[in-house]
Amino acid sequence: MELWAEIVISALLVVAGFFGIVGSFGLVRLGDAMSRLHAPTKATTLGVGSVLIASMIYFFAADGTVSAHELMISLFLFLTAPITAHFIAKVHLHLHERPQSLPRPADDLEWAGFTAEAPTRGLRKPEPETPAD
Amino acid sequence: MITYALFFAFACFGLALLLNLYRVTVGPNTSDRILALDTMVINVIALLILYGILRGTAVYFEASMLFAMVGFVSTVAYCRYLLRGGIIE
Repeated sequence: MELWAEIVISALLVVAGFFGIVGSFGLVRLGDAMSRLHAPTKATTLGVGSVLIASMIYFFAADGTVSAHELMISLFLFLTAPITAHFIAKVHLHLHERPQSLPRPADDLEWAGFTAEAPTRGLRKPEPETPAD
Repeated sequence: MITYALFFAFACFGLALLLNLYRVTVGPNTSDRILALDTMVINVIALLILYGILRGTAVYFEASMLFAMVGFVSTVAYCRYLLRGGIIE
């Protein structure tokens, strides 16, 4: 393997390890649940993306083939990380916060999810009985 | 040189898994536990791909793709169960 490939792969792997440990350390270190959401969803995703790019360059330099598996995995992870973060934030808001304990949003609006049609405390309202024709 | 960087990354992601396990066990809220489990899945994906680079085979990409999909679906299902009281309405 050429020297430039070794240097690039090693640098990417070191960066990946650094970002992975930063993400998980922030998960332990940060004090608030909403702050804790930031570290894994951003830093760890960046670390895994760096590992995947390193793997692509490795298999390109070793075999001469471009493999699309890593691109698929990294695209999937980069698409799903915001969705999981959104869901976890909503779980936190609904189970552990009250509308009074949150900072007021601008323009006299309400936070999304605390409006009138939102379910309370995770309990689903029973469906109204539809009369049989 | 790649071998040293690989083992550095192995050590970092292993330590990250231990930190996530700490957050799973002592995490004060349910949302922290779900977040820590999701991060564990992402770290395991990174470990699988690192092992694939170490062995020089492309066998582990399918496994990591499956891990990514199952981790995402399980996280969303757990959050949705907590939010709505049911997964499929």
